[in-house]
Amino acid sequence: MDIIEVKNLTKQFGGFKAVDNVSFNVAEGEIFAFLGPNGAGKSTTIKILTTLLRPTSGEMKLNGYNPIKNPDAVRHSFGIVFQDPSLDDELTAYENMEFHGVLYDIPWKIRKERIEQLLKFVELWDRRNNLVKEFSGGMKRRLEIARGLLHHPKIFFLDEPTLGLDPQTRKHMWDYLKELNKTEKITVFFTTHYIEEAENIAQKVAIIDHGKIVALGTPQELKEKNNSDSLEDAFLKLTGKTIRDEEASPADRMRTRRRIWSRR
Amino acid sequence: MVKEIIFKYMSTIYILWIRQLKRYFRSKSRMIGSLAQPLLFLLALGYGFGAVFQKAGEGSYINFLTPGVIGMTIIFTSIFSGMEIIWDRQFGFLKETLVAPVSRFNIMVGRTLGGATVATIQGIIVFLISFIAGFHPYSWALVPVAILVMILVALLFTALGVMIASLLDDMQGFQLIVNFLVMPLFFLSGALFPLEGLPKVIDIIARLDPLSYGIDAFRALLINTSHFGLSTDIAVLSVITLAFLSLGSYFFSKIQI
Repeated sequence: MDIIEVKNLTKQFGGFKAVDNVSFNVAEGEIFAFLGPNGAGKSTTIKILTTLLRPTSGEMKLNGYNPIKNPDAVRHSFGIVFQDPSLDDELTAYENMEFHGVLYDIPWKIRKERIEQLLKFVELWDRRNNLVKEFSGGMKRRLEIARGLLHHPKIFFLDEPTLGLDPQTRKHMWDYLKELNKTEKITVFFTTHYIEEAENIAQKVAIIDHGKIVALGTPQELKEKNNSDSLEDAFLKLTGKTIRDEEASPADRMRTRRRIWSRR
Repeated sequence: MVKEIIFKYMSTIYILWIRQLKRYFRSKSRMIGSLAQPLLFLLALGYGFGAVFQKAGEGSYINFLTPGVIGMTIIFTSIFSGMEIIWDRQFGFLKETLVAPVSRFNIMVGRTLGGATVATIQGIIVFLISFIAGFHPYSWALVPVAILVMILVALLFTALGVMIASLLDDMQGFQLIVNFLVMPLFFLSGALFPLEGLPKVIDIIARLDPLSYGIDAFRALLINTSHFGLSTDIAVLSVITLAFLSLGSYFFSKIQI
């Protein structure tokens, strides 16, 4: 069964097509990598699938539900780790989990059990009463993973989850996720710029560029098709070698300013 | 079934509300910082103009000023609490709430109640401190009613803050809002001077300023003088609060990340 079905999805901002007639399916229980250079349309696609943006046209189904007609059923079906941190720094790790559990309508007793279980799983149980602002980047990521899994989603979206993490933390994180994929049959949909990561972990890979899917298949298939030894090489052959500029988002600009200010 | 839906609504609103309160009580610097300004106004203006005010036959300026400074505390705290949404957006937390299976209206209500509660607490703190400066209310029995009006004023301006925050996408516009909206709303509201005998233009502006009615209501309840009359004040405040709450939730529902 396909847990994600996307057909002719298009998103236009003004005259610019960020996502251009994209179609793909993800099977239940699959680890699916969604790759592409900066500004290719990865994050926009994820935002559409996760009900944050409305598409200009096209059809899609997540876990059998349409994100436009039935957003709440879709929201219950997926968990997500965003590209940028999305925790409340002024709350403790436990409170961030609690907040999520209440919003997802998880009954009090189950909530308590699962929070403990998940925080132990990501090795943050001892730090549960610390404010998140005291956490390192890797700890925040782990907490976000635990939070995203709290409502037992069927699909787990990870948008560049390993960005800025050291190799130890990265390996640790992927070990968790592979374990979960195996035991809970959870579908993992992720984006990354570390292509070798996708090659090692993903069962299926889609490469998107300029809003269009340019390749879709297993890592092995993509390598063979492009006469490459590595997926990274195939990726570069498919998407070219020009460097893409991405406009700074307001959040990026703000972080820069904040950095300047705190240096004073 | 209906009971469960109501329970779910209440618990999501509760968790959003309690989050605002926790953030408030944890940031002591913000709490103290936002009390410094009203206290300065109370002391510098209250004592500075006290003698002149008395000579003009208007009675105690501290008594007159205290409702104005309470109004000032509430408008600043509540607009800024509403605008905290910009921070949540910048630092990602807003996304977490927007992908949750909760309606945006619900999120907006929880946040607005949280912000309004914080602003009301600040207003009450300033009210208590004003006793040290020499303020005494006209009737103790009306103090709880005055607190209810504080909640109403706080709701009004928090909803306005949410509305503004939904339209801005970063903090760049913040200073602009402070200088061209919050400051004029405060200074032209009659917080610092009586609304009687003003030049026509100022009079019209004061009548259009919702804070004028809030402060007038505080004066009616705390020192027994009123320019518009208490029932007019309450009616105007209620209508504008409802309007801002609807507009706030409309604009909030249109936010795209």
